[in-house]
Amino acid sequence: MTDLTAGRLGTAPMRPEFVREGVGAQEFGVVEKPLSTWERLYEQSALRKVVILVFLAIAWEVYARILDNELLFPTLSATLEAFWEGIVSGDLPRRIGYTLKVLLMGYASGLFIAALLTAVAIGSRIGQDVLETLTSMFNPLPAIALLPLSLIWFGLGNGSLVFVLIHSVLWAVALNTHSGFKSVSQTQRMVGRNYGLSGPRYIMQILIPAAFPSILTGLKIGWAFAWRTLIAAELVFGVSSGGGGLGWFIFERKNQLEIPSVFAGLLCVIMIGLLVENLIFRVIEERTVRKWGMQA
Amino acid sequence: MGVADNVVRAPAAARPTPVPNPAALAPLLDVNGVTLQYKTRDHLVTATYRVDFQVFASDRFILLGPSGCGKSTLLKAVGGYMKPVEGHIALKGREIDRPGPERMMVFQEFDQLLPWKTVKQNVTFALTASGKSRGSAAEKQALYYIEKVGLTKFADSYPHTLSGGMKARVAIARGMAMEPDILLMDEPFAALDALTRRRMQDELLRLWDDTRFTVLFVTHSIPEAVKIGNRILLLSPHPGQVKAELNSNGHDEGEEGERLSDRIHALLFADSVEEEPVHD
Repeated sequence: MTDLTAGRLGTAPMRPEFVREGVGAQEFGVVEKPLSTWERLYEQSALRKVVILVFLAIAWEVYARILDNELLFPTLSATLEAFWEGIVSGDLPRRIGYTLKVLLMGYASGLFIAALLTAVAIGSRIGQDVLETLTSMFNPLPAIALLPLSLIWFGLGNGSLVFVLIHSVLWAVALNTHSGFKSVSQTQRMVGRNYGLSGPRYIMQILIPAAFPSILTGLKIGWAFAWRTLIAAELVFGVSSGGGGLGWFIFERKNQLEIPSVFAGLLCVIMIGLLVENLIFRVIEERTVRKWGMQA
Repeated sequence: MGVADNVVRAPAAARPTPVPNPAALAPLLDVNGVTLQYKTRDHLVTATYRVDFQVFASDRFILLGPSGCGKSTLLKAVGGYMKPVEGHIALKGREIDRPGPERMMVFQEFDQLLPWKTVKQNVTFALTASGKSRGSAAEKQALYYIEKVGLTKFADSYPHTLSGGMKARVAIARGMAMEPDILLMDEPFAALDALTRRRMQDELLRLWDDTRFTVLFVTHSIPEAVKIGNRILLLSPHPGQVKAELNSNGHDEGEEGERLSDRIHALLFADSVEEEPVHD
Protein backbone atom coordinates (compact mmCIF):
# COMPACT_ATOMS: atom_id res chain seq x y z
CA MET A 1 0.00 0.00 0.00
CA THR A 2 1.28 3.44 -0.81
CA ASP A 3 0.28 6.50 1.11
CA LEU A 4 -0.73 9.12 -1.37
CA THR A 5 -0.66 11.98 1.07
CA ALA A 6 2.85 11.26 2.24
CA GLY A 7 5.85 12.78 0.53
CA ARG A 8 4.16 15.75 -1.06
CA LEU A 9 6.39 17.02 -3.83
CA GLY A 10 4.88 20.47 -4.22
CA THR A 11 1.95 22.51 -2.99
CA ALA A 12 -0.04 25.00 -5.05
CA PRO A 13 0.12 28.53 -3.57
CA MET A 14 -2.77 29.76 -1.44
CA ARG A 15 -4.81 32.43 -3.22
CA PRO A 16 -7.55 34.66 -1.87
CA GLU A 17 -11.13 33.82 -2.87
CA PHE A 18 -13.31 36.33 -4.68
CA VAL A 19 -16.89 36.77 -5.89
CA ARG A 20 -17.76 39.02 -8.80
CA GLU A 21 -20.87 40.97 -9.77
CA GLY A 22 -21.85 40.52 -13.44
CA VAL A 23 -21.42 43.41 -15.84
CA GLY A 24 -24.66 44.95 -17.18
CA ALA A 25 -25.55 44.22 -20.78
CA GLN A 26 -25.44 47.90 -21.77
CA GLU A 27 -21.71 47.96 -21.01
CA PHE A 28 -20.87 45.74 -23.97
CA GLY A 29 -19.95 47.42 -27.24
CA VAL A 30 -21.91 45.14 -29.57
CA VAL A 31 -24.50 42.70 -28.37
CA GLU A 32 -26.44 42.38 -31.58
CA LYS A 33 -25.93 44.18 -34.86
CA PRO A 34 -27.86 43.69 -38.08
CA LEU A 35 -25.82 42.35 -40.99
CA SER A 36 -25.33 44.54 -44.02
CA THR A 37 -27.71 44.14 -46.97
CA TRP A 38 -25.07 42.38 -49.02
CA GLU A 39 -24.28 39.91 -46.24
CA ARG A 40 -27.96 39.13 -45.81
CA LEU A 41 -28.51 38.60 -49.54
CA TYR A 42 -25.53 36.27 -49.70
CA GLU A 43 -27.10 34.16 -46.93
CA GLN A 44 -30.09 33.37 -49.17
CA SER A 45 -29.32 30.07 -50.87
CA ALA A 46 -32.19 30.51 -53.32
CA LEU A 47 -30.75 33.84 -54.43
CA ARG A 48 -27.27 32.38 -54.88
CA LYS A 49 -28.71 29.62 -57.04
CA VAL A 50 -30.71 32.07 -59.16
CA VAL A 51 -27.49 33.98 -59.82
CA ILE A 52 -25.80 30.76 -60.93
CA LEU A 53 -28.75 29.98 -63.23
CA VAL A 54 -28.66 33.42 -64.79
CA PHE A 55 -24.94 33.04 -65.37
CA LEU A 56 -25.43 29.63 -67.05
CA ALA A 57 -28.23 31.03 -69.22
CA ILE A 58 -26.00 33.87 -70.44
CA ALA A 59 -23.15 31.44 -71.13
CA TRP A 60 -25.52 29.19 -73.11
CA GLU A 61 -26.86 32.06 -75.20
CA VAL A 62 -23.42 33.50 -75.93
CA TYR A 63 -21.87 30.13 -76.84
CA ALA A 64 -24.78 29.14 -79.09
CA ARG A 65 -24.63 32.46 -80.91
CA ILE A 66 -20.92 32.07 -81.51
CA LEU A 67 -21.43 28.47 -82.71
CA ASP A 68 -24.34 29.59 -84.87
CA ASN A 69 -25.56 26.06 -85.65
CA GLU A 70 -29.18 25.49 -84.73
CA LEU A 71 -29.03 21.80 -85.63
CA LEU A 72 -26.36 21.03 -83.07
CA PHE A 73 -26.90 23.56 -80.33
CA PRO A 74 -29.75 26.06 -80.54
CA THR A 75 -29.69 29.29 -78.55
CA LEU A 76 -31.55 29.67 -75.29
CA SER A 77 -33.91 32.15 -76.87
CA ALA A 78 -34.77 29.71 -79.68
CA THR A 79 -35.33 26.96 -77.10
CA LEU A 80 -37.58 29.17 -75.02
CA GLU A 81 -39.47 30.17 -78.12
CA ALA A 82 -39.99 26.52 -79.07
CA PHE A 83 -41.07 25.84 -75.51
CA TRP A 84 -43.59 28.66 -75.61
CA GLU A 85 -44.96 27.49 -78.94
CA GLY A 86 -45.29 23.97 -77.55
CA ILE A 87 -47.23 25.28 -74.58
CA VAL A 88 -49.50 27.56 -76.60
CA SER A 89 -50.30 24.89 -79.19
CA GLY A 90 -51.29 22.59 -76.36
CA ASP A 91 -48.94 19.90 -77.58
CA LEU A 92 -46.50 20.02 -74.65
CA PRO A 93 -49.15 20.15 -71.90
CA ARG A 94 -50.88 17.17 -73.47
CA ARG A 95 -47.64 15.20 -73.58
CA ILE A 96 -46.82 16.17 -70.01
CA GLY A 97 -50.27 15.15 -68.88
CA TYR A 98 -49.91 11.80 -70.59
CA THR A 99 -46.51 11.16 -69.06
CA LEU A 100 -47.63 12.17 -65.58
CA LYS A 101 -50.70 9.97 -65.78
CA VAL A 102 -48.63 6.89 -66.59
CA LEU A 103 -46.10 7.91 -63.96
CA LEU A 104 -48.69 8.21 -61.21
CA MET A 105 -50.21 4.85 -62.14
CA GLY A 106 -46.82 3.17 -61.96
CA TYR A 107 -45.73 5.01 -58.82
CA ALA A 108 -48.94 4.28 -56.95
CA SER A 109 -48.94 0.59 -57.89
CA GLY A 110 -45.25 0.37 -56.95
CA LEU A 111 -45.96 1.89 -53.54
CA PHE A 112 -48.89 -0.42 -52.98
CA ILE A 113 -46.86 -3.55 -53.73
CA ALA A 114 -43.96 -2.21 -51.65
CA ALA A 115 -46.35 -1.74 -48.73
CA LEU A 116 -47.61 -5.32 -49.08
CA LEU A 117 -44.08 -6.72 -49.28
CA THR A 118 -42.92 -4.73 -46.26
CA ALA A 119 -45.97 -5.81 -44.28
CA VAL A 120 -45.11 -9.43 -45.00
CA ALA A 121 -41.49 -8.72 -44.10
CA ILE A 122 -42.27 -7.26 -40.66
CA GLY A 123 -44.76 -10.02 -40.03
CA SER A 124 -42.33 -12.90 -40.17
CA ARG A 125 -38.70 -13.78 -40.38
CA ILE A 126 -39.11 -15.72 -43.61
CA GLY A 127 -40.95 -12.73 -45.10
CA GLN A 128 -37.99 -10.57 -44.16
CA ASP A 129 -35.63 -13.00 -45.90
CA VAL A 130 -37.83 -13.00 -49.00
CA LEU A 131 -37.82 -9.22 -49.15
CA GLU A 132 -34.08 -8.96 -48.57
CA THR A 133 -33.27 -11.56 -51.22
CA LEU A 134 -35.62 -10.07 -53.81
CA THR A 135 -34.40 -6.55 -53.13
CA SER A 136 -30.75 -7.42 -53.44
CA MET A 137 -31.50 -9.32 -56.66
CA PHE A 138 -33.64 -6.74 -58.40
CA ASN A 139 -32.38 -3.44 -57.02
CA PRO A 140 -29.22 -3.45 -59.21
CA LEU A 141 -31.25 -4.33 -62.33
CA PRO A 142 -32.04 -1.15 -64.28
CA ALA A 143 -35.74 -1.01 -64.94
CA ILE A 144 -35.21 -0.12 -68.58
CA ALA A 145 -33.50 -3.48 -69.12
CA LEU A 146 -36.86 -5.10 -68.50
CA LEU A 147 -38.61 -3.09 -71.22
CA PRO A 148 -38.08 -5.62 -74.08
CA LEU A 149 -39.51 -8.38 -71.89
CA SER A 150 -42.29 -6.14 -70.72
CA LEU A 151 -43.28 -5.40 -74.32
CA ILE A 152 -43.60 -9.12 -75.01
CA TRP A 153 -45.61 -9.75 -71.86
CA PHE A 154 -47.89 -6.73 -71.83
CA GLY A 155 -47.91 -5.54 -75.42
CA LEU A 156 -47.73 -2.01 -76.71
CA GLY A 157 -49.95 -0.37 -74.13
CA ASN A 158 -49.51 1.51 -70.92
CA GLY A 159 -49.28 -1.87 -69.21
CA SER A 160 -45.68 -2.28 -70.31
CA LEU A 161 -44.71 1.16 -69.02
CA VAL A 162 -46.46 0.62 -65.72
CA PHE A 163 -44.70 -2.70 -65.28
CA VAL A 164 -41.31 -1.12 -65.80
CA LEU A 165 -42.23 1.74 -63.47
CA ILE A 166 -43.33 -0.64 -60.73
CA HIS A 167 -39.99 -2.36 -60.97
CA SER A 168 -38.14 0.94 -60.66
CA VAL A 169 -40.16 2.14 -57.63
CA LEU A 170 -40.83 -1.07 -55.74
CA TRP A 171 -37.36 -2.10 -54.59
CA ALA A 172 -36.10 1.30 -53.56
CA VAL A 173 -39.22 2.01 -51.52
CA ALA A 174 -39.45 -1.47 -49.98
CA LEU A 175 -35.77 -1.48 -49.05
CA ASN A 176 -35.91 1.92 -47.35
CA THR A 177 -39.21 1.32 -45.61
CA HIS A 178 -38.06 -2.00 -44.29
CA SER A 179 -34.74 -0.71 -43.01
CA GLY A 180 -36.68 2.20 -41.49
CA PHE A 181 -38.93 -0.19 -39.58
CA LYS A 182 -35.97 -2.23 -38.44
CA SER A 183 -34.21 0.81 -37.05
CA VAL A 184 -37.14 2.06 -34.95
CA SER A 185 -35.70 2.43 -31.47
CA GLN A 186 -36.39 -0.28 -28.95
CA THR A 187 -37.56 2.35 -26.46
CA GLN A 188 -40.23 3.69 -28.81
CA ARG A 189 -41.44 0.18 -29.53
CA MET A 190 -41.71 -0.46 -25.80
CA VAL A 191 -43.54 2.84 -25.32
CA GLY A 192 -46.07 1.84 -27.98
CA ARG A 193 -46.67 -1.54 -26.43
CA ASN A 194 -46.88 0.06 -23.00
CA TYR A 195 -49.96 1.93 -24.23
CA GLY A 196 -51.44 -1.45 -25.10
CA LEU A 197 -51.11 -0.87 -28.86
CA SER A 198 -50.78 -3.90 -31.11
CA GLY A 199 -51.41 -5.01 -34.68
CA PRO A 200 -52.42 -2.40 -37.27
CA ARG A 201 -52.76 0.40 -34.69
CA TYR A 202 -49.23 -0.24 -33.47
CA ILE A 203 -47.93 -0.15 -37.05
CA MET A 204 -49.90 2.97 -38.02
CA GLN A 205 -49.33 5.01 -34.87
CA ILE A 206 -45.83 3.98 -33.83
CA LEU A 207 -43.85 2.16 -36.52
CA ILE A 208 -44.78 4.24 -39.56
CA PRO A 209 -44.21 7.68 -38.01
CA ALA A 210 -41.04 6.47 -36.31
CA ALA A 211 -39.73 5.11 -39.61
CA PHE A 212 -41.00 8.08 -41.60
CA PRO A 213 -37.57 9.62 -42.36
CA SER A 214 -36.50 6.40 -44.10
CA ILE A 215 -39.87 6.00 -45.78
CA LEU A 216 -39.64 9.53 -47.16
CA THR A 217 -36.13 8.85 -48.45
CA GLY A 218 -37.49 5.75 -50.17
CA LEU A 219 -40.31 7.75 -51.74
CA LYS A 220 -37.83 10.31 -53.04
CA ILE A 221 -35.47 7.74 -54.50
CA GLY A 222 -38.42 5.84 -55.97
CA TRP A 223 -39.71 9.02 -57.58
CA ALA A 224 -36.31 9.86 -59.08
CA PHE A 225 -35.94 6.33 -60.48
CA ALA A 226 -39.46 6.34 -61.86
CA TRP A 227 -39.12 9.70 -63.60
CA ARG A 228 -35.83 8.84 -65.30
CA THR A 229 -37.07 5.37 -66.24
CA LEU A 230 -40.30 6.63 -67.72
CA ILE A 231 -38.68 9.25 -69.97
CA ALA A 232 -36.15 6.67 -71.16
CA ALA A 233 -38.83 4.04 -71.70
CA GLU A 234 -40.95 6.47 -73.71
CA LEU A 235 -38.02 7.15 -76.01
CA VAL A 236 -37.88 3.46 -76.90
CA PHE A 237 -41.52 2.63 -76.50
CA GLY A 238 -42.82 5.59 -78.44
CA VAL A 239 -41.12 4.30 -81.56
CA SER A 240 -43.25 1.24 -81.55
CA SER A 241 -46.55 2.57 -80.33
CA GLY A 242 -46.56 5.77 -82.30
CA GLY A 243 -47.97 8.01 -79.59
CA GLY A 244 -47.18 9.03 -76.09
CA GLY A 245 -45.63 11.42 -73.70
CA LEU A 246 -42.70 13.70 -73.21
CA GLY A 247 -40.02 11.16 -74.13
CA TRP A 248 -41.75 10.44 -77.38
CA PHE A 249 -42.11 14.18 -78.01
CA ILE A 250 -38.32 14.52 -77.79
CA PHE A 251 -37.73 11.55 -80.07
CA GLU A 252 -40.27 12.76 -82.63
CA ARG A 253 -38.83 16.29 -82.80
CA LYS A 254 -35.35 14.89 -83.25
CA ASN A 255 -36.56 12.89 -86.25
CA GLN A 256 -38.01 16.08 -87.71
CA LEU A 257 -34.75 17.91 -86.94
CA GLU A 258 -36.60 20.48 -84.83
CA ILE A 259 -33.71 20.70 -82.41
CA PRO A 260 -34.96 23.73 -80.40
CA SER A 261 -38.06 21.67 -79.63
CA VAL A 262 -35.85 18.78 -78.51
CA PHE A 263 -34.15 21.18 -76.12
CA ALA A 264 -37.53 22.49 -75.00
CA GLY A 265 -38.62 18.92 -74.25
CA LEU A 266 -35.47 18.27 -72.23
CA LEU A 267 -36.01 21.53 -70.37
CA CYS A 268 -39.49 20.33 -69.50
CA VAL A 269 -38.14 17.05 -68.12
CA ILE A 270 -35.66 18.94 -65.94
CA MET A 271 -38.27 21.40 -64.70
CA ILE A 272 -40.81 18.78 -63.71
CA GLY A 273 -38.11 16.77 -61.96
CA LEU A 274 -36.93 19.84 -60.05
CA LEU A 275 -40.47 20.90 -59.23
CA VAL A 276 -41.41 17.60 -57.65
CA GLU A 277 -38.12 17.15 -55.80
CA ASN A 278 -37.77 20.72 -54.56
CA LEU A 279 -41.38 21.67 -54.10
CA ILE A 280 -43.46 18.66 -53.17
CA PHE A 281 -40.89 16.61 -51.30
CA ARG A 282 -39.31 19.69 -49.72
CA VAL A 283 -42.67 20.79 -48.34
CA ILE A 284 -43.42 17.31 -47.00
CA GLU A 285 -39.98 17.22 -45.41
CA GLU A 286 -40.38 20.59 -43.76
CA ARG A 287 -43.80 19.75 -42.37
CA THR A 288 -42.72 16.39 -41.02
CA VAL A 289 -39.21 15.16 -40.35
CA ARG A 290 -37.66 18.62 -40.05
CA LYS A 291 -40.34 19.88 -37.73
CA TRP A 292 -39.94 16.76 -35.62
CA GLY A 293 -36.15 16.96 -35.60
CA MET A 294 -35.94 13.48 -37.11
CA GLN A 295 -33.93 14.24 -40.24
CA ALA A 296 -32.43 10.91 -41.33
CA MET B 1 -46.40 -15.65 -0.94
CA GLY B 2 -44.08 -17.26 1.53
CA VAL B 3 -42.06 -14.19 2.17
CA ALA B 4 -41.09 -13.82 5.77
CA ASP B 5 -40.05 -10.19 5.65
CA ASN B 6 -43.67 -9.33 5.05
CA VAL B 7 -44.11 -9.47 8.80
CA VAL B 8 -41.06 -7.46 9.69
CA ARG B 9 -41.76 -4.79 7.20
CA ALA B 10 -43.17 -1.43 8.26
CA PRO B 11 -46.26 -0.18 6.44
CA ALA B 12 -45.53 1.88 3.38
CA ALA B 13 -43.94 4.91 4.92
CA ALA B 14 -45.24 8.30 3.94
CA ARG B 15 -42.47 10.79 3.75
CA PRO B 16 -43.50 13.67 6.00
CA THR B 17 -46.13 11.94 8.15
CA PRO B 18 -47.03 8.28 8.03
CA VAL B 19 -50.57 7.85 6.76
CA PRO B 20 -52.16 4.59 7.81
CA ASN B 21 -53.63 3.01 4.74
CA PRO B 22 -55.69 -0.17 5.07
CA ALA B 23 -55.27 -0.97 1.35
CA ALA B 24 -51.54 -1.13 1.94
CA LEU B 25 -51.90 -4.35 3.85
CA ALA B 26 -52.31 -6.39 0.68
CA PRO B 27 -49.39 -6.05 -1.68
CA LEU B 28 -50.07 -4.19 -4.89
CA LEU B 29 -47.30 -5.93 -6.75
CA ASP B 30 -46.18 -9.39 -5.78
CA VAL B 31 -42.99 -10.75 -7.26
CA ASN B 32 -42.57 -14.33 -6.20
CA GLY B 33 -39.54 -16.53 -6.86
CA VAL B 34 -38.87 -14.94 -10.22
CA THR B 35 -36.05 -16.29 -12.37
CA LEU B 36 -35.42 -14.40 -15.58
CA GLN B 37 -33.35 -15.50 -18.52
CA TYR B 38 -32.64 -13.89 -21.84
CA LYS B 39 -30.72 -14.94 -24.91
CA THR B 40 -27.87 -13.02 -26.41
CA ARG B 41 -26.36 -14.02 -29.72
CA ASP B 42 -24.53 -17.02 -28.28
CA HIS B 43 -25.41 -17.20 -24.59
CA LEU B 44 -28.37 -17.89 -22.42
CA VAL B 45 -28.00 -15.45 -19.56
CA THR B 46 -29.71 -15.82 -16.21
CA ALA B 47 -30.45 -12.27 -15.17
CA THR B 48 -32.16 -12.90 -11.83
CA TYR B 49 -32.54 -16.00 -9.71
CA ARG B 50 -35.63 -16.55 -7.54
CA VAL B 51 -36.21 -12.95 -6.60
CA ASP B 52 -39.04 -12.11 -4.20
CA PHE B 53 -40.36 -8.73 -3.25
CA GLN B 54 -43.64 -7.01 -2.62
CA VAL B 55 -44.62 -3.47 -3.37
CA PHE B 56 -47.47 -1.84 -1.47
CA ALA B 57 -49.64 1.09 -2.48
CA SER B 58 -47.82 4.44 -2.21
CA ASP B 59 -44.45 2.74 -1.93
CA ARG B 60 -41.38 4.33 -3.39
CA PHE B 61 -39.75 0.98 -3.93
CA ILE B 62 -36.16 0.95 -5.15
CA LEU B 63 -34.36 -1.85 -6.96
CA LEU B 64 -30.71 -1.17 -6.26
CA GLY B 65 -27.65 -3.06 -7.32
CA PRO B 66 -24.47 -2.93 -9.37
CA SER B 67 -24.67 -3.41 -13.12
CA GLY B 68 -25.38 -7.02 -14.00
CA CYS B 69 -27.74 -7.62 -11.10
CA GLY B 70 -30.72 -7.84 -13.45
CA LYS B 71 -32.62 -4.92 -11.96
CA SER B 72 -33.59 -3.47 -15.34
CA THR B 73 -34.53 -6.92 -16.61
CA LEU B 74 -36.66 -7.35 -13.52
CA LEU B 75 -38.41 -4.07 -14.25
CA LYS B 76 -39.01 -5.13 -17.86
CA ALA B 77 -40.59 -8.33 -16.57
CA VAL B 78 -42.90 -6.30 -14.32
CA GLY B 79 -43.62 -4.16 -17.36
CA GLY B 80 -44.72 -7.33 -19.15
CA TYR B 81 -42.01 -7.26 -21.81
CA MET B 82 -40.61 -10.64 -20.81
CA LYS B 83 -41.91 -13.70 -19.03
CA PRO B 84 -40.23 -15.29 -16.03
CA VAL B 85 -38.96 -18.81 -16.63
CA GLU B 86 -39.81 -19.57 -13.02
CA GLY B 87 -42.03 -17.84 -10.46
CA HIS B 88 -44.88 -15.37 -10.74
CA ILE B 89 -45.40 -11.65 -11.02
CA ALA B 90 -48.86 -10.43 -10.10
CA LEU B 91 -50.35 -6.96 -9.95
CA LYS B 92 -53.40 -6.70 -7.69
CA GLY B 93 -53.52 -10.49 -7.73
CA ARG B 94 -53.58 -10.71 -11.52
CA GLU B 95 -50.73 -12.42 -13.30
CA ILE B 96 -48.80 -10.10 -15.62
CA ASP B 97 -48.56 -11.47 -19.14
CA ARG B 98 -48.16 -8.46 -21.42
CA PRO B 99 -47.35 -4.75 -21.35
CA GLY B 100 -50.23 -2.57 -20.32
CA PRO B 101 -51.09 1.02 -19.40
CA GLU B 102 -51.73 0.18 -15.74
CA ARG B 103 -47.96 -0.26 -15.49
CA MET B 104 -46.55 2.87 -17.12
CA MET B 105 -42.84 2.84 -17.85
CA VAL B 106 -40.50 5.82 -17.63
CA PHE B 107 -37.25 5.09 -19.41
CA GLN B 108 -33.80 6.53 -19.22
CA GLU B 109 -33.50 7.11 -22.96
CA PHE B 110 -34.23 10.57 -24.31
CA ASP B 111 -36.09 9.13 -27.31
CA GLN B 112 -38.88 7.72 -25.14
CA LEU B 113 -41.05 10.66 -26.23
CA LEU B 114 -42.52 10.25 -29.69
CA PRO B 115 -40.68 12.91 -31.71
CA TRP B 116 -43.57 13.49 -34.11
CA LYS B 117 -45.83 14.69 -31.34
CA THR B 118 -45.67 17.82 -29.22
CA VAL B 119 -45.36 17.60 -25.46
CA LYS B 120 -49.11 17.89 -25.07
CA GLN B 121 -49.80 15.40 -27.87
CA ASN B 122 -47.36 12.94 -26.35
CA VAL B 123 -49.24 12.91 -23.06
CA THR B 124 -52.66 13.02 -24.71
CA PHE B 125 -51.75 10.23 -27.10
CA ALA B 126 -50.85 7.94 -24.20
CA LEU B 127 -54.32 8.52 -22.77
CA THR B 128 -56.23 8.06 -26.02
CA ALA B 129 -54.16 5.17 -27.42
CA SER B 130 -54.67 3.17 -24.26
CA GLY B 131 -58.36 4.03 -24.25
CA LYS B 132 -58.05 5.67 -20.86
CA SER B 133 -59.87 8.81 -21.91
CA ARG B 134 -60.56 10.72 -25.08
CA GLY B 135 -61.14 14.10 -26.65
CA SER B 136 -61.07 17.18 -24.49
CA ALA B 137 -61.03 15.15 -21.28
CA ALA B 138 -57.71 13.60 -22.32
CA GLU B 139 -56.35 17.00 -23.22
CA LYS B 140 -57.43 18.49 -19.91
CA GLN B 141 -55.84 15.64 -18.01
CA ALA B 142 -52.64 16.02 -20.04
CA LEU B 143 -52.42 19.75 -19.41
CA TYR B 144 -53.02 19.23 -15.70
CA TYR B 145 -50.02 16.94 -15.36
CA ILE B 146 -47.86 18.99 -17.72
CA GLU B 147 -48.54 21.90 -15.39
CA LYS B 148 -47.57 19.74 -12.43
CA VAL B 149 -44.09 19.21 -13.89
CA GLY B 150 -43.89 22.92 -14.76
CA LEU B 151 -43.85 22.64 -18.54
CA THR B 152 -47.07 24.49 -19.44
CA LYS B 153 -45.06 26.97 -21.49
CA PHE B 154 -43.65 24.15 -23.58
CA ALA B 155 -46.86 22.20 -24.11
CA ASP B 156 -46.78 22.87 -27.85
CA SER B 157 -43.05 22.27 -28.33
CA TYR B 158 -41.65 19.23 -30.07
CA PRO B 159 -39.42 16.99 -27.95
CA HIS B 160 -36.25 17.70 -29.94
CA THR B 161 -36.37 21.31 -28.81
CA LEU B 162 -36.34 20.34 -25.11
CA SER B 163 -33.40 19.69 -22.80
CA GLY B 164 -32.77 16.26 -21.31
CA GLY B 165 -34.26 17.23 -17.97
CA MET B 166 -37.39 18.60 -19.63
CA LYS B 167 -37.80 15.39 -21.63
CA ALA B 168 -37.53 13.38 -18.44
CA ARG B 169 -40.20 15.63 -16.91
CA VAL B 170 -42.53 15.07 -19.84
CA ALA B 171 -42.03 11.33 -19.53
CA ILE B 172 -42.93 11.56 -15.85
CA ALA B 173 -45.95 13.73 -16.62
CA ARG B 174 -47.02 11.16 -19.19
CA GLY B 175 -46.59 8.34 -16.72
CA MET B 176 -48.53 10.16 -14.02
CA ALA B 177 -51.29 11.38 -16.34
CA MET B 178 -52.12 7.74 -17.04
CA GLU B 179 -52.74 7.31 -13.31
CA PRO B 180 -51.30 3.81 -13.44
CA ASP B 181 -51.46 1.33 -10.60
CA ILE B 182 -47.72 1.48 -10.48
CA LEU B 183 -45.15 3.69 -12.19
CA LEU B 184 -42.08 1.80 -13.37
CA MET B 185 -38.98 3.95 -13.64
CA ASP B 186 -35.85 2.54 -15.25
CA GLU B 187 -32.95 4.76 -14.15
CA PRO B 188 -34.93 7.77 -15.37
CA PHE B 189 -32.34 10.33 -14.30
CA ALA B 190 -29.17 8.42 -15.14
CA ALA B 191 -28.58 10.26 -18.40
CA LEU B 192 -28.97 13.71 -16.82
CA ASP B 193 -26.21 15.93 -15.51
CA ALA B 194 -25.66 15.92 -11.76
CA LEU B 195 -27.40 19.25 -11.06
CA THR B 196 -30.46 18.41 -13.12
CA ARG B 197 -30.58 14.95 -11.57
CA ARG B 198 -30.79 16.42 -8.08
CA ARG B 199 -33.53 18.80 -9.11
CA MET B 200 -35.48 15.98 -10.73
CA GLN B 201 -35.19 13.86 -7.58
CA ASP B 202 -36.59 16.69 -5.47
CA GLU B 203 -39.35 17.20 -7.99
CA LEU B 204 -40.28 13.53 -8.02
CA LEU B 205 -40.59 13.57 -4.23
CA ARG B 206 -42.70 16.71 -4.38
CA LEU B 207 -45.00 15.09 -6.95
CA TRP B 208 -45.20 12.02 -4.77
CA ASP B 209 -46.22 14.21 -1.81
CA ASP B 210 -49.01 15.58 -4.00
CA THR B 211 -50.51 12.39 -5.34
CA ARG B 212 -48.96 9.47 -3.45
CA PHE B 213 -48.53 7.31 -6.52
CA THR B 214 -46.78 3.95 -6.27
CA VAL B 215 -43.42 3.79 -7.95
CA LEU B 216 -40.93 1.03 -8.63
CA PHE B 217 -37.63 2.71 -9.29
CA VAL B 218 -34.46 1.13 -10.67
CA THR B 219 -31.14 2.78 -9.97
CA HIS B 220 -27.49 1.95 -9.47
CA SER B 221 -26.83 5.04 -7.39
CA ILE B 222 -26.86 4.52 -3.61
CA PRO B 223 -27.48 8.23 -2.79
CA GLU B 224 -30.39 8.31 -5.22
CA ALA B 225 -31.87 5.15 -3.70
CA VAL B 226 -31.55 6.54 -0.18
CA LYS B 227 -33.03 9.88 -1.16
CA ILE B 228 -35.96 8.66 -3.22
CA GLY B 229 -36.93 5.34 -1.71
CA ASN B 230 -38.87 4.39 1.37
CA ARG B 231 -37.97 0.76 0.80
CA ILE B 232 -34.83 -0.44 -0.90
CA LEU B 233 -34.26 -3.89 -2.34
CA LEU B 234 -30.57 -4.73 -2.71
CA LEU B 235 -29.64 -7.18 -5.45
CA SER B 236 -26.33 -8.97 -5.82
CA PRO B 237 -25.01 -9.51 -9.32
CA HIS B 238 -24.56 -12.50 -11.67
CA PRO B 239 -27.31 -13.54 -11.44
CA GLY B 240 -29.40 -11.05 -9.49
CA GLN B 241 -30.44 -12.36 -6.10
CA VAL B 242 -32.04 -10.59 -3.18
CA LYS B 243 -29.39 -9.45 -0.74
CA ALA B 244 -31.43 -7.34 1.63
CA GLU B 245 -34.51 -5.17 1.90
CA LEU B 246 -34.07 -1.96 3.89
CA ASN B 247 -36.18 0.99 4.95
CA SER B 248 -35.18 4.55 4.27
CA ASN B 249 -36.57 7.82 5.53
CA GLY B 250 -34.76 9.83 2.93
CA HIS B 251 -32.23 11.27 5.38
CA ASP B 252 -29.49 8.68 5.14
CA GLU B 253 -29.85 7.60 8.77
CA GLY B 254 -29.48 3.97 9.63
CA GLU B 255 -29.40 1.86 12.77
CA GLU B 256 -27.02 2.75 15.59
CA GLY B 257 -25.76 5.92 13.99
CA GLU B 258 -24.42 4.11 10.97
CA ARG B 259 -25.32 5.89 7.79
CA LEU B 260 -27.72 3.98 5.57
CA SER B 261 -25.62 4.55 2.47
CA ASP B 262 -22.56 3.11 4.25
CA ARG B 263 -24.57 0.12 5.29
CA ILE B 264 -25.81 -0.43 1.74
CA HIS B 265 -22.33 -0.02 0.42
CA ALA B 266 -21.02 -2.59 2.88
CA LEU B 267 -23.80 -5.02 1.96
CA LEU B 268 -23.33 -4.65 -1.76
CA PHE B 269 -19.59 -4.71 -1.88
CA ALA B 270 -18.73 -6.93 1.09
CA ASP B 271 -18.19 -9.96 -1.11
CA SER B 272 -16.05 -8.26 -3.65
CA VAL B 273 -13.71 -6.96 -0.96
CA GLU B 274 -13.27 -10.40 0.51
CA GLU B 275 -12.63 -11.90 -2.88
CA GLU B 276 -9.91 -9.41 -3.65
CA PRO B 277 -6.42 -10.87 -3.25
CA VAL B 278 -4.58 -9.29 -0.33
CA HIS B 279 -1.64 -7.16 -1.32
CA ASP B 280 1.14 -6.43 1.04
